Amino acid sequence: MPRVLLIEDDPSVRAGVGLGLRRRGHEVAAADTGEAGLALMGGFHPELVLLDLMLPGINGVQVCRRIRETSQVPIIMLTARGDDFDIVVGLEAGADDYIVKPARTEVIEARIKAVLRRLGAPAGGRPQVEFHGDLAVDRAGLTVARGGERIALAPSELKLLLHLSASPEQVFSRQQLLEYVWEHSYHADARLVDACVRRLRHKIEDPDGAPRYIQTVRGFGYRFGPL
Amino acid sequence: MARTAHRGRTARAARAGRPRWYAGRRRRGTPRERRIAPLGLRTRLIAAFLLVAAVSAVSTAALTYQQARNAVLKQSQDTAVSTLRDLMEAQPVSLPMDQAQLDRLVSELAKRGKPHPWNVFAEYGRLRASSNGSPTSTVVTDRLRRQVTAHPHGAFQRVTDADGDPYLAVGMPAVFRANDTRPPTGLVVFATMPLSAERTTVQAMVEAAQRGAVPGLAAAVIPALLAARSVLRPVRDMRRAAQKMGRGRLDTRIEVRGADELAGLARTFNDTARALEASVAELRDAETRARRFASDVSHELRTPLAGMLAVTEVLDEEAAGLDADTAAALRLISAETGKLAVLVEDLMEISRFDARAAELNLDEVDVAEAVRKTLERRHWDGTRVVTDLPRDARARLDPRRFDVVLANLVGNALRHGGAPVRVTVRTRPQPGGPRLVVEVADSGPGIAPEVLPHIFDRFFKADAARTRSAGSGLGLAITLENVRLHGGTLEARNGHSGGAVFTLDMPLEADA
Repeated sequence: MPRVLLIEDDPSVRAGVGLGLRRRGHEVAAADTGEAGLALMGGFHPELVLLDLMLPGINGVQVCRRIRETSQVPIIMLTARGDDFDIVVGLEAGADDYIVKPARTEVIEARIKAVLRRLGAPAGGRPQVEFHGDLAVDRAGLTVARGGERIALAPSELKLLLHLSASPEQVFSRQQLLEYVWEHSYHADARLVDACVRRLRHKIEDPDGAPRYIQTVRGFGYRFGPL
Repeated sequence: MARTAHRGRTARAARAGRPRWYAGRRRRGTPRERRIAPLGLRTRLIAAFLLVAAVSAVSTAALTYQQARNAVLKQSQDTAVSTLRDLMEAQPVSLPMDQAQLDRLVSELAKRGKPHPWNVFAEYGRLRASSNGSPTSTVVTDRLRRQVTAHPHGAFQRVTDADGDPYLAVGMPAVFRANDTRPPTGLVVFATMPLSAERTTVQAMVEAAQRGAVPGLAAAVIPALLAARSVLRPVRDMRRAAQKMGRGRLDTRIEVRGADELAGLARTFNDTARALEASVAELRDAETRARRFASDVSHELRTPLAGMLAVTEVLDEEAAGLDADTAAALRLISAETGKLAVLVEDLMEISRFDARAAELNLDEVDVAEAVRKTLERRHWDGTRVVTDLPRDARARLDPRRFDVVLANLVGNALRHGGAPVRVTVRTRPQPGGPRLVVEVADSGPGIAPEVLPHIFDRFFKADAARTRSAGSGLGLAITLENVRLHGGTLEARNGHSGGAVFTLDMPLEADA
């Protein structure tokens, strides 16, 4: 069962969510500030971070950026709907998903599992490493390289890229991507997809040109290629 | 010297009637009159100015005419009368006179007419003499004759001859010089002279007055326009300001110029506007405070709820192994916590609509696909919900909000109406852009007529006996707000077959 780092300033939420997750077999470390949470990162080695956006001191968005500087650990934000701006900023900062508070433990766990779930290797005798232009995608090793250099991708970015590149030139609507990549079913939010695409483009696309790998099909969604 | 002057005709100039153009209405008020298009303030002011100018011009002209005419005529009359008298006195008259003497006298007098040449007629008993050949003059009237006999100093009369030309007729009796009395000699001399020169002079004066009055009237328009402008500008400013205030710009003020009544009116307007602005600001503040309070309360409630909701399943699990009462208590807490969470979430949503902080996150979706997904997620299968969906209809909308709207309508239909619920989706072209029309009809008894107007009210309880609705009581209110956010409308009515029908009509392409 995954080790979860919970960074949340409200004691009752910290206690409640911690209790609920431990009951389901997770190992939970809790921190009440961003600074304390960042300090725990090294020693605890969480497999996933649950991060409240509204924190005293350095806020959730800044914590998210700091974690992303060194690690691609999955990050799920705990937000309140209506803090719309924060959701977008948090997603831009590198969060993989978000949960709207208040939420039941079963919902929280479902999101955690969805983020941690690895994409199944494609069936058939396809080569383990695919080449798309400058990109080398290793589906088995779950790594992506550009021009021979490995690119560090967060779980949601990797999943999105693998999903799109598995069917080159096929258009996926945001709704479909939310279901396949994030396993969202309720209250799907297309901004999650858009933010993730922006982060992914930032890492794999040529910054000076139009997007080459992940192209926007206006009014429909996204597709990989054609190159 | 006593003399009476008899004017044949009086001046007509004083008979100045009301100008024709002023025949219009001056008073408003009666309904009958109001049908006539009201004259503008500017028109009325100019008319008033012109009227005043016209009246003064006409009366001035009339007085001037009268005075001048009298002066001109009097001068001619006096000259004529005194000339004739002096001539008569200078003429040696020996009585009794014969025809030859009379003729000589007449021709003598006729040469010296002043101020104009005159014709002279002399009468002495039966003898008649004249300077122009005709024995008597047509312009010497009986009245003049009578007066001449009565006045030893002579008399005169202005008359008009058959051709309409004005003449002055002067009669002068020859008298004896006695101590104090002047007995008549019987000899009477009449002199008649045309007054056409005087008439021309007077005519010229009238024309000059007329010619002066027209430019005068035209010139009167300028101060009228200036006066109108000085009145109309504040009035126009005030109207514009009032219109602006009507559009919600309560900080509108008018510039106060001068210290007249209009400035007073402008000051009053400004004071009123200030008071109105203050009270509206107060109301808005109160509303904002109330809204913020509701929003803050929901926010504050959310945090403890987040902790509570996370442990409800612990309670549910543990309840199974405890005694009945404790179990019931735990399940109650668990269930109510869940409801409370929904209520708080809905309250926050409504607060955001009230604060106009709700945003549309638009995306292109396949309408049929979106509807199917909404029903699937809530496990409403084909036995309970029948759909009639268009193929390949794509809409631009906020998928999350659309999902909430549809789920709420169908959920309500299932809860309060009854299965089967029919969901019909159509696209409809319209001049303003294509529309998306969604109809949700249930198979229930319909909505009571007294409930129908309040169906979208917050916390409205359709059934007074039901203390709490199954949902938060905000479901339909939020649904309506979500539809409005898309620029659409939502209507509730009872269908022909009895069930309730909710019709959602919104643009196929919403604008964020």
